[in-house]
Amino acid sequence: MIEGKVWKYGDDVNTDVIFAGKYTYKPMTPAEMAEHALEDLDPTFAKGVKPGDIIVAGTNFGCGSSREQAATCIKAAGVAAVIAVSFSRLFFRNAINEGLPVVELAGGTSMIAKDDKVQIDFEKGVVTHKGKEYRFPALPKEVLAILNDGGLIPHVKRALAKT
Amino acid sequence: MGLTFAQKVLAKKAGLSSVAVGQIVDIEPDYCMSHDNTAAIAKTFAKFGVEKVKNPERFVIVLDHTVPASTEEYAKGHKEIREFVEKQGIKAFYDAGVGICHQVLPEMGYALPGSLIVGSDSHTTAYGALGAFSAGVGRSEMAALYATSKIWLKTPASFKVQVEGKLTEPITSKDLVLKIIGDIGADGALYKSVEFAGEAVEAMSLSARLVLSNMAAEMGAKNGYCAPDKKTFAFLEGRAVAEYTPVYPDPDAEYERILTYDALQLGPQVAKPHTVDNVCPVEDVEGTKIHQALIGTCTNGRLEDLRLAARHLEGKKVAKGVRMLVLPASQEILIEALRAGLVEIFARAGALVLSPGCGPCLGAHQGVLAAGEVCISTANRNFQGRMGSNEAATYLASPATVAASAVAGVITDPRKARRGGGA
Repeated sequence: MIEGKVWKYGDDVNTDVIFAGKYTYKPMTPAEMAEHALEDLDPTFAKGVKPGDIIVAGTNFGCGSSREQAATCIKAAGVAAVIAVSFSRLFFRNAINEGLPVVELAGGTSMIAKDDKVQIDFEKGVVTHKGKEYRFPALPKEVLAILNDGGLIPHVKRALAKT
Repeated sequence: MGLTFAQKVLAKKAGLSSVAVGQIVDIEPDYCMSHDNTAAIAKTFAKFGVEKVKNPERFVIVLDHTVPASTEEYAKGHKEIREFVEKQGIKAFYDAGVGICHQVLPEMGYALPGSLIVGSDSHTTAYGALGAFSAGVGRSEMAALYATSKIWLKTPASFKVQVEGKLTEPITSKDLVLKIIGDIGADGALYKSVEFAGEAVEAMSLSARLVLSNMAAEMGAKNGYCAPDKKTFAFLEGRAVAEYTPVYPDPDAEYERILTYDALQLGPQVAKPHTVDNVCPVEDVEGTKIHQALIGTCTNGRLEDLRLAARHLEGKKVAKGVRMLVLPASQEILIEALRAGLVEIFARAGALVLSPGCGPCLGAHQGVLAAGEVCISTANRNFQGRMGSNEAATYLASPATVAASAVAGVITDPRKARRGGGA
């Protein structure tokens, strides 16, 4: 169970505004990436984000490029989870692989506003906002296993160690 | 009930008789593609503590995004990649200038009908034009593939886009796919396998189909398939690196949605800033002043695109105040364009013919935009800030619309533009 303060965004938040193309082939540490997180969408985010904050957005979050830094920079900024109505499939995979929990609230996120508090119970599959509960489907077990290992790198390391 | 293309390929690769929509399968892709991001992937791979890439013959690496290197950092990345492929015995390495990955894989015969390809690039969907199942993956996943050769994929539900009629110049598959994306939205086919079919698709060249499959990524699709046919097989003659077995959907396959279009009703389409689904007929934006015009990218940098552009530029000059950039998608295309006299037409018109590569599409180099500038491009993405300044704007269109606009200096309907060649 986690609880965090909300950063709220709209539909189709794309990878270029999350992590600009001009940075994608520059070697950077996750901490350096975090300084540019959401730079072209919300210049106040990188400075204002606190560990444990939660991003809440509309449909198709993370659409566009396959660049994994879009997930890395959000995770490195301290964001505990991203809640969206839907995710682009590449962002979804990258987030899981980076150990960043993603929650799909298909019914909508319009009731949640910036600076609201939300709780996420991953085991029960429930988001709580202003005393109301919103259910989300559990991740498939194969996907959950990656997330629970802290991302794909530790997950594959574990699997390789077993063989 | 029959099976879709996606179900059949994933079942075949998983060694199962069939797979259901939503079913997760562990598979070994036939080929895995990465580009300039291989430098970062190699660093991640090192974290596994595995010395050697498993099955190096399954990896294809193409340098295209920042070639030739414009900064010391890019040059360092390229150097690390050259050392990595040498050390790992990866033979399918295409260095700066061979072309853009999504053109190189078809040209070099890796993108085969019925094959399964993943790439650490979102437009990996392109190879569906040759009947492959191909999807983008992330960098960590590519590193994991180096170590294990395996990846999990969820079986997607399928859409069918049925296009009747025939496209006639100057209307192209770019106009068609922009129209579809405008109608269904940037998430309209999120996580779906999209099958393009109908007489208009059958009549299309492979180059035109590559535009559809490439842009399937811009409707959120996992892959975009066109049924392989005689044109596909003829193209692959002498190129295919392996034998292949085409895979076709069953006639009674189950589609979540079927969209129908009539190619004859279609006019030139333009995607306005700053999203690919912000599409309108060209008439709505005619007269918009432009500062840069770009012909090229993995979407529209093929010979027929260059030919179409050249027909609007022959004997003309690019308008004052406009930079026109032409980037052939590969060296092979550059050579064909030279032979066909197209490069001279571009140069005489005052266009800059640049080396094969991704160039300014992602704002890395070779023609980035300043604040307040407007570009019309044949690329596949027009997100805010992508091509340079956050205060620049990019319109997406077909090669005909881009070339006609470059001559006029404003966005122009290619049906109204007077063609070159003294006509």
